[in-house]
Parts: sequence; structure tokens; C-alpha cells
Amino acid sequence: MTDYRTVPTICPYCGTGCGMLLEVSGGELIGILPQKGHPVSDGTLCVKGWTSHEFVGSSRRLTSPTIRRGEAAGEASIDEAIGLVARELWRVVDEHGPDSVAFICSAKCTNEENYLVGKLARAVVGTNNIDHCARL
Amino acid sequence: MVVLGQSRSEEKDIVSKITDKARDITGKEVDRVLAYRLEEGSHIPHLFSAQDIEQMAEEYPAQERYPVASMVRRLQAADPGIRLAVVVRGCDERALIELAKQGQVDLERLVLLGLACGEELAGACGCSQPYPSEVLEGEKAEGDLDLGMVEKLEGLPPGERLDYWLSRFNTCVKCFGCRNVCPLCYCKECALDEPELVEPGELPPRLPVFHLVRAVDMAGRCVDCGLCEEACPVGIPLRTLYRKVGEAVESRFDYRPGRSLEEESPLAVLGTEEDVS
Repeated sequence: MTDYRTVPTICPYCGTGCGMLLEVSGGELIGILPQKGHPVSDGTLCVKGWTSHEFVGSSRRLTSPTIRRGEAAGEASIDEAIGLVARELWRVVDEHGPDSVAFICSAKCTNEENYLVGKLARAVVGTNNIDHCARL
Repeated sequence: MVVLGQSRSEEKDIVSKITDKARDITGKEVDRVLAYRLEEGSHIPHLFSAQDIEQMAEEYPAQERYPVASMVRRLQAADPGIRLAVVVRGCDERALIELAKQGQVDLERLVLLGLACGEELAGACGCSQPYPSEVLEGEKAEGDLDLGMVEKLEGLPPGERLDYWLSRFNTCVKCFGCRNVCPLCYCKECALDEPELVEPGELPPRLPVFHLVRAVDMAGRCVDCGLCEEACPVGIPLRTLYRKVGEAVESRFDYRPGRSLEEESPLAVLGTEEDVS
């Protein structure tokens, strides 16, 4: 470990937006520190922030979509998975109306991505059923 | 864009001597310097080499403090041959001394670039010695260990004192920040990770095990850097708790962690009952 640097970023877990430093060495994340003087969190984090480096290199992390075909679930390409979701969502909307589906967006996405989810739900599909994982 | 640290006051010019010295010795006496670089107005820790030492912050942060001693410990553990310089405040040096006595860092392979804390920070911290043994930069502010809160609480009737602590411990969100940030917490296995003692998912943590385990672990080890209290999202007065524990150790063993490399830690000595009476 002859290199060590910290990278300021925002905690990915919820919508509060706490400031944290990623501790980076050898191209890997080795830890997290709360960022001192940050206007939102001023040097504090909750347990999620403190441990948020752990999932990045986790072997249990999902790295590709999985589609269940009959009994077996197998890896699929992103295009294939999105195609399937789109077809099935439209099938449900066509059969039962737009309010039969809901959109859950995420604090892990950017503001812009969440905005687009809102547009997709309201303008494309026609439902106001939108929520997100960071309802605090 | 929010610019961090704009409230920094009169302590703005205090660094150049440290930066000059760091630039001078990097690639010669030492391979790397653990210091700060500025990003978007915020001082963040960085390990500099001869290649990027020019990017070291010209001014040292007046307020921000990070667990520098822990970084040194990890750097030395990963590369025992590394010749390292590090910018230290009084508290950082105390932590390094205590870690050295516990065989966790090697001070022989470390160049300390001493920074005295400004009066504002020293006063706010109530630190016993807000400067390291050799000061390269800054004026030494007077140190006076602040036991005011300890004494105030001891003045309360026992029942009220207990209520006070339980009400504060009850606000704990179990972020583990106090342990994670502590420069003296280096155990690979921690009692706080034992599900029998600290049940996963239970909030607040069962009283008073979580906080008393830490308090007992801090006896004879806590160097009163106060990073735990700064990291606590709910403002539990951890420093007061550990100062009380420290006072108990000092009154019995005349030992204050980190004060001197020569003083032997009572935790390292096997004695008899007479030794403590």
C-alpha cells in the first residue's frame, strides 16, 4: 500500500446526501471516512455510510440481469432483460390500465435519472404511482 | 457549488513551513508524506510521493481532523519498509505513541511534521496538550484538560446521573462511527461485532453494554483526541465518558495514554494487587 488517497463523494444509500471520503489504495476501496465540514453531515455518517465500501467489491453483488425461464434462472444481457420488462409492463398496462403498475426509483440514482423515471411513469405510461427507496 | 471550510478564520497562513519541509524531504529522507490536499475547498487526506508533492495543500486545515494515526498504522502494516512523514497535531502524536507502545506502529520509521492547534480549536477541544512535542508550524496554545463536564455530572445525585447517561445512550443509532474512527481501535475481532453482546438490528443497542464495552476498552488507551465525539451523529458526549475512564486510570496508575513513550502502560504490566492499592 504505497498509494493512498481519499475521494470526496456523496453517500449512495439514501436521499440525505451525507458527505464522505472513499479511502482508495491499490485501485481498491479500503474504507470510508465521514467528510469533515460537509454542509449536510459535518463529519458524521450512519452505519450504512460507514460500511458502503463493502458492497462494491463483494462477490455477492449482482453483475448482470437474470431472467427466469420455467424453473431455471439464467443470466441475460441488459437489452434482453429490458426488452422483456418493457413487453410485460405494456401487456399489464394494456390489460389492466396504467394504474396497475408502479415505479420505484432509487436514492442510488442521480437526480436526473430519477426525474426521467418520473417522466416515464407519468408521461409515457400514465400513472402517478411513483415512490422511491429513500422515503425518510 | 458549496465551498467547504469557508469559515476558516485567522489560522489561514499557518502552513507553509510544513509544506516546505514536506516538499524538501520527499524522495530523499522519506518516500511518502501523509498530509492533505485541497479539493473543492475541503482538506482531504492524501499520501503524496515525489511526483505529486507539489499538490500538497499550502495551508493546513484549522479545524478538520482525521484519524491520521490509523492511516499510518495501516500504511506501515501494508509496507513495513515504507519511509513515511506525517503531519501531526498533539492528539495524532499521542495516538501514534500509544500505538507504538502496543506494537502497532514504528516511530523509528516515521518523520513527524508537527502542527500546533490554534487557540480556537485547542479551546473547543479542551485538550491537555494541543501541540506535538516538536512544533514545526503554529503557536503553542495553552493546554488544559477539560474535566468540567465530568465534574458537573459527578455533582449530580447518582440516580440523575444514571438517567442522564441512559437518555444519551438511548439516542445511539449504532453507526459504529465511534469505534471506526478511533485511532486506538485496531482489533481484528471486536466485542461490538459479537451478536451475543450487541444484537444485530437492535436499536438502540442494549443498554448499557455497547457504550460500556467501549468505555472499558478505552481505559489506559484513549488519548482524548475526541474524534469519536465528532463522528457521533447524535452527539453523545463520548469524550466526557472516556475522560472519566482516563481519570480513573490516571489517579491509580499515574498513567496518561500517549503522554510519553517512556511511561509504561498499566495494561502492559503484570503486577500484583499491592501494585494497585
